[in-house]
Amino acid sequence: MSALTVTNLCKAFGGLHVTTNVNLNVEPGERRLIIGPNGAGKTTLFNLITGEITPDSGAIKLFGEDITRTPSRRRPHLGMARTYQIITLFPRDSIIHNVSLALLGLSPARWNPITNLRHQGHLIENGLKALERVGLAHIAERPLSQTSYGERRRVEIAMALAQNPKLLLLDEPFAGLSIDERQDVHKCLMAIPRDVTMVMIEHNMDVALAFAERITLLHFGEVIVEGNRAEVVDNPRTREVYLGH
Amino acid sequence: MSFWLVLTVNSITFGGLLFLLSAGFSLIFGLMRIPNLTHGSLFMLGAYVGATFVAGLTGFQMNFWLAAVVATLTVAVAGALAERLLLRRLPGDQLAQVLVTLGLSFMAADFCLMVWGGDPLSVTTPSELQGFARFGTMVFPLYRLAIIVIAMVVAIALWLMLERTRLGAMIRAGVDDPDMARVVGIRVSQLFTIVFALGAGLAGFAGIVGGPILSVYPGLDQDMLPLALVVVILGGSGSLLGSFVGSIIVGFIYNFGQALLPELAYFVLFMPMLLVLLLRPQGLFGRHVP
Amino acid sequence: MNSATSGRIFAIVVAIGALATLPYWMQGIYYVNVASQILFYAIFALGLNILVGYGGLVSLGHAGLFGVSAYAAGYMLQLGYGHSLAIAVALFMGMASMAVYAVLSLRATGIGFIMITLALGEILWGLAYRWISLTGGDNGISVPSRPAPFGFSMSDINTFYYITLITFIASLALCWVFVRSPFGAALRGTRDQPRRMNALGYHVWAIRFWACLFSGLLTAVSALLFVYYTQFISPQTLALTSSAEVLLMVISGGPGTLLGPIIGAGLVVIVKNVVSAFIERWNFLLGAIFVAIVILMPEGLVPGSVRLWRLAMRWRRTKGGTAP
Repeated sequence: MSALTVTNLCKAFGGLHVTTNVNLNVEPGERRLIIGPNGAGKTTLFNLITGEITPDSGAIKLFGEDITRTPSRRRPHLGMARTYQIITLFPRDSIIHNVSLALLGLSPARWNPITNLRHQGHLIENGLKALERVGLAHIAERPLSQTSYGERRRVEIAMALAQNPKLLLLDEPFAGLSIDERQDVHKCLMAIPRDVTMVMIEHNMDVALAFAERITLLHFGEVIVEGNRAEVVDNPRTREVYLGH
Repeated sequence: MSFWLVLTVNSITFGGLLFLLSAGFSLIFGLMRIPNLTHGSLFMLGAYVGATFVAGLTGFQMNFWLAAVVATLTVAVAGALAERLLLRRLPGDQLAQVLVTLGLSFMAADFCLMVWGGDPLSVTTPSELQGFARFGTMVFPLYRLAIIVIAMVVAIALWLMLERTRLGAMIRAGVDDPDMARVVGIRVSQLFTIVFALGAGLAGFAGIVGGPILSVYPGLDQDMLPLALVVVILGGSGSLLGSFVGSIIVGFIYNFGQALLPELAYFVLFMPMLLVLLLRPQGLFGRHVP
Repeated sequence: MNSATSGRIFAIVVAIGALATLPYWMQGIYYVNVASQILFYAIFALGLNILVGYGGLVSLGHAGLFGVSAYAAGYMLQLGYGHSLAIAVALFMGMASMAVYAVLSLRATGIGFIMITLALGEILWGLAYRWISLTGGDNGISVPSRPAPFGFSMSDINTFYYITLITFIASLALCWVFVRSPFGAALRGTRDQPRRMNALGYHVWAIRFWACLFSGLLTAVSALLFVYYTQFISPQTLALTSSAEVLLMVISGGPGTLLGPIIGAGLVVIVKNVVSAFIERWNFLLGAIFVAIVILMPEGLVPGSVRLWRLAMRWRRTKGGTAP
């Protein structure tokens, strides 16, 4: 059973076709990279998979279960987690509060208007564990507004990991990072065990290629090339897409 | 039969007055994306200033039309000052700007009370329009018919301004896409001041033009603001045609509602506004959703 | 327990002590009445703040909901029913109309939400004003008597004050618990990043809906105290200006804090009742204060004052040469 199967997915906004007959099959534990020039529809594809946008036609299956009609807020409960291209964290709160919110999202406690959030020990405990995985547990109490960009990227990853996803979607996790920060994030991602399937969108080729096992190249919303690293790099269509000839 | 005809003519008249009131509101809402909650106060201010000069309260009596010009300019200046000194300090923060217009409406209402007191002021109809027009057995006050003409003249003038002048092109660009407009070199913040002043001036003009029919009294602002809101929500913000059509519709609903369903008069007025907000938020001709 | 927490507890104890003994040191029933007003308007402001400050949803129609509960109580009493039933019906009607209100207005956010709530408030005002057979129109409905819970008659000024004070403390405690709870954190999350919250598995609409109901409960409670205080309800209570006034209380004090709405309520009530004896045009003053706060101290008086205080402390320390 594959982890993620996308079948003939289509989406158009008015006359603009942003996703055209995309087929994708990601095996459990795989590290898949999605590349393509700007405007290729990579983030739109992610938005379709997470359910933030509804497809015009096609199907999405998560570990065999058809989730095409499942509302986006249910999908994290089914094991799907996602990070964003533009950091959308909670700046007024501490790092540990941000991660606790991620944990709370899957917990029935989120409907509890009575007890004190700070007394939810398991949220704090698991939150700290997630922060350890990205190397930020030592500054858990720091307000998010006092962190660096690279640290915030890692907080995002911690929030995604805290939800114990079976499928992790990463939208340009290396964007805007310095070389050192990229190393830190790369270390976190490589340390993620095989029971998490990972699909990543990235522009930065050095880190991305090191990470990827299979690569899907998108252009104008369509899958142009797919295969392992060597296959995609050698394919003349890849050069066409990126260099225009 | 004549009852219905009179009601119809009154509805169109009131619609004309509402158009003068709402056109400015619609422009401000369309360009600056805020419902200007001071708009009713600007209407009232124009009415008070105009009434003062028509009645010669300062010892200085003016011809009605001259008083109307003075009122319009006064309120336009007030609007420009409010925008420049207050709203411009909150760029992009629409919520805060709405709250400022709310606070200003409190201040304006009390200011009028301070200056003009609590008694209503009546505004004498301009002498040249103090008569009746006869159509067969029907008799209509000339002034009411004049309001319809004035509204149409202003509508045409505004349309010409929007479609044929550079300023109008800039306003339309700003309504469609303020970011793009900035990129293209349009000084959007200056445009905001101009449009706010224009909208305010129109409201003030509407106030004095409506004076002979509505007179001026404390609370006039509270009566007119919700009507402007309904017109612009129904017609769509940023659309002149929307304001025009919306004004006529509201004029009819208001007058017929008061006459036929007095208990539900306001319900009948605000329910369509609610339905539009829920089902078709951009209104009939609006450019974007509030 | 550090000095900040013990300082805060001390301040709360002093405040409760002062409030509990207020009728004895505040000279004159007029001022005791003003205190009662501040307390039940504070409950109203706390209720609105749940939406505005913690939910990020600015409502300009809350006076309409306030009016529904007040009219429900007045109407039941006018029909001859007892206080217990009138209160129960008022609470029920208040929450039921809030539920309808939430379903309609939560279809939008931001300016759209404001417009829908404004329209709803105007509809309710229009019904109160014109549906004369039900509401008496501009003449309003008079409430002949105040209740006497456990034999303590609220017709006595001091008793009314104490019952209001107890209700206020209970409401404040409810808000305090709510804000610190996981649901409260979830609500604040939807205020700051609704899209992200959705992606984390939260049901954003449902969270907002339940927050509206809690707000509705507090609004209904304050409306009951109001209608028993004034023993009269008229359409003016539901007008846009009334919705604006309670919003003013929340914004001026500091949305997103618990103390802010209380200070804001105090500010508005004092300007309306006390300052108005000296300055005839207090509406102008209120509007001016509001504009000044929105422009100069947008976070509100409470957080703004705390910020200024901290700045002043830091300035003093660096001037004195000691390390900050």
